[in-house]
Amino acid sequence: MNIETKFLGQVEIDEQNILTFETGLPGFLDVHKFVLLPLDADLPLVVLQSVEQQQLGFVLAYPFAFKKDYIFEISEEEKIDLQVEEEEDVIAYTIVTLKETFSESTMNLLAPIIINTKKKLGKQIVLQDSKRYPLRYPIGSMEGSAK
Amino acid sequence: MLVLSRKTGESIMIGDQIEVKVLAVEGDQVKIGIVAPKAVKVHRAEVFEAIQEQNREALTFSNELLNKLKRNK
Repeated sequence: MNIETKFLGQVEIDEQNILTFETGLPGFLDVHKFVLLPLDADLPLVVLQSVEQQQLGFVLAYPFAFKKDYIFEISEEEKIDLQVEEEEDVIAYTIVTLKETFSESTMNLLAPIIINTKKKLGKQIVLQDSKRYPLRYPIGSMEGSAK
Repeated sequence: MLVLSRKTGESIMIGDQIEVKVLAVEGDQVKIGIVAPKAVKVHRAEVFEAIQEQNREALTFSNELLNKLKRNK
């Protein structure tokens, strides 16, 4: 099927790749169907695009590319919500808030987006350690990135 | 909203597993202790509000930067 996207124009998606966010996203509780679209193969960034609303497209970062020691545990409750059976089914992203320049941009380490790639389920979870993981963590410079 | 008055040291049970206890009242601050199963996450409401706000903010930015990112590999 074809969908209209915020950043990439019309994109053809495979319906099998549609992710279900049962509880939506904080601030957007009524939106449940998203797809992950590559932004650029060379960047550790992807787009989380709503299948239902064109304007709802987020830039996500693969956080470990920017903060190597980022580590957290997924709670039992969230494992149940996301039907996680094995650790390798799960991938984590962080929502990026882009500013004028990439070095001013931040990512939300406190509330990562967890995706169960096998079951096609997603959820934005809130980590307990709000001191260690800020809402606005500067992305800073990434090797080979646009400055 | 259910409104209950409690004294220091008194508790409220939510269901049979979550206990909310008033530990101390100092001026306009109330210290609250929460006993809940591990599966129940307890957060300050501001944290949730901040995350909502952050998500909304993440939707607005200059497309110019995005294009620049895509070009400058």
